[in-house]
Amino acid sequence: MLAQPNQVETICSFCGTGCGLVVEVEDSKISKVKGYKENPSSHGETCVKGALGWGYIHSDRRLTQPLIRKNGELTPASWEEALNLIATKFAEIKDKHGPDAFGCFSSSRSTNELNYLAGKFMRTVIGTNNIDSCNRT
Amino acid sequence: MGAATGSYDELEDTEVIVVWGSNTQECHPIIFNHMRRGIKKGAKMVVIDPRQIDQTKLAYKWLPVRVGTDIALANAMGHVIIEEGLVHQDFVQKATDQFEKYKEEVKTYTPEFAEQVTGVPAEDIREIARLYAKADKATICWTLGITEHHNGTENVFALINLALLTGHIGKYGSGLNPLRGQNNVQGGGDMGALPNRLVGGWNYDDPKGRKLHEQVWGTPVPEKIGKHQTLMLEAMENEEIKAVYVIGENPVQSDANGNHVEKVFKNLDFLVVQDILMTRTAMLADVVLPATGWAENDGTLINSERRIQRVRPALKGPGVSRHDHQIVQDIAKKMGANWKYQCAEDIWEEIRKLAPNFAGVTYKRIDEEGGLQWPCPDEHHPGTTYLHSRLWSDDVGMKAKFMPTHYQPPAEEPDAEYPLMLTTGRRLQFYNTGVQTRDYKKVKNAEEALEIHADDAAKYGFIDGEQVKVSSRRGSLVTKIKISKKQPVGLVFMSFHFPDQASTNVLTNSATDPLAGTAEFKACAVKIEKCALLNEPDHIVE
Repeated sequence: MLAQPNQVETICSFCGTGCGLVVEVEDSKISKVKGYKENPSSHGETCVKGALGWGYIHSDRRLTQPLIRKNGELTPASWEEALNLIATKFAEIKDKHGPDAFGCFSSSRSTNELNYLAGKFMRTVIGTNNIDSCNRT
Repeated sequence: MGAATGSYDELEDTEVIVVWGSNTQECHPIIFNHMRRGIKKGAKMVVIDPRQIDQTKLAYKWLPVRVGTDIALANAMGHVIIEEGLVHQDFVQKATDQFEKYKEEVKTYTPEFAEQVTGVPAEDIREIARLYAKADKATICWTLGITEHHNGTENVFALINLALLTGHIGKYGSGLNPLRGQNNVQGGGDMGALPNRLVGGWNYDDPKGRKLHEQVWGTPVPEKIGKHQTLMLEAMENEEIKAVYVIGENPVQSDANGNHVEKVFKNLDFLVVQDILMTRTAMLADVVLPATGWAENDGTLINSERRIQRVRPALKGPGVSRHDHQIVQDIAKKMGANWKYQCAEDIWEEIRKLAPNFAGVTYKRIDEEGGLQWPCPDEHHPGTTYLHSRLWSDDVGMKAKFMPTHYQPPAEEPDAEYPLMLTTGRRLQFYNTGVQTRDYKKVKNAEEALEIHADDAAKYGFIDGEQVKVSSRRGSLVTKIKISKKQPVGLVFMSFHFPDQASTNVLTNSATDPLAGTAEFKACAVKIEKCALLNEPDHIVE
């Protein structure tokens, strides 16, 4: 476990090696990322992407709120509005065309918990096995 | 369940490391460090790759195989091993099936025949076959150079056959290791985000697995097999699929034959994209949902040695972004589902009930002991360093089958009109479609360039640094040319990290492996022409 309160142990977001990293935070921003010595896969090592490639997290290109297409343009909206629209449209399409009219591209960049729920959602709420991610390679 | 059979540390305790279709040094630098330490301790590394990548400098031998001819090479190695009596007889007899069928298949693959197909000298094929077979411990590692072909699954079978022939499987220091390209490729598959698998590797039609899921979920599991990505794209094109939910992927820029992919996404009735950054795919969406990213989200990942590890939030996500798993639950609840997960750990607890291999892994154990390698069937189990040790036990159980495979050329080969072969890959400092790495500092060469052998450049009259137009049967783009010693004559290379500058996947071929649905990113025929648009270097020709 880590000594400093501003340090958090996590895993790198890039390739499938899964190196252990220590993220240091100052003023709600990442100040430094280094290898975590106790990690049994990477033993404290990290590559250039892991140590320096995290700038995108603080990028001004980050999505900060839901967007809905209105009159052809993606327009800021509340969660309530976005979720209602999705639920309505999904239900409508399911009624009209059945569950196999849906597909899900899930993410091999996100967590097990996300991938599990995406699969459960497609199979139990929508009712199709049409889900994939790039993990057949 | 598909997974690496071994662990990274074993690379430091083996005699032969065959690196086949993997630029490990650039794409998996820390796994390469394990290999490097193994080499220091005396292991011989054999690099099998069309390009003279930097890691060939550390290799005992580099076999410059022609793109897409790996089966011919592997089968010729098998031919030599059988012909010279180097087969591990005990192992083959006790633990494997279909050896005779394999022997029959590789009979015609003499090293001389393979030399003509692969370009690797027959004597080198013999030498490496002997080296691999005679070692006490030997391991094969591969990545997309093996799988991103129209016959990728068969390529993998060809490598598995070699391990079965020699008994280099199921013991410490020997194994078959696909190195995963993204942080949770392994976990995504293990979690059932696949059209033919449920959670924990159950086949979608396995009655036992279905029953377990139906008990835990309280709803029936759909009976029909799902569509993999390539089939989904086809179904989107012919309007069978009307609505798509994309989570943290950018298929418009990452999938082969990009122009076509964009067209079929535009064709949808309704598209929802959930991501951390605006992407070309998200720009086509009806609804875009903001997710938390790395260092913000919570949960687990599984790495290339089957280790289940924790990611933890160090920061709050920007604006009103939410965790990926939370968003899926929000949609499910709006549609009437009775889901009540309070946190990522609640979800993991449900996963444990469905996947016997993960049953012994808890968040508490990961916090206290560090990540654990599956299979880990109960809370006292330490996790598993390498798979298939049963093959060496008295109780072998189900025998491992040889899967004879037949060499077939790439789906598209150079011809008079498109005379060069293009292969694609990653570069050290960058990642995939560049959404995350486009704007990071301190790195050189932050632009795309087509790498080409000096003789090819001279033949077409190109100079280093010149802008050229590159075309395939599917699309074209403009990029800079870079004369490179890595390239053999006839083969050019591009990455796909800078799609706004040069959208490499407009060129690539979506010819698909019928077994896995993986497109042939690694081989397509192109032509290169002088570029009239010299003053517009960023222009993408549509």
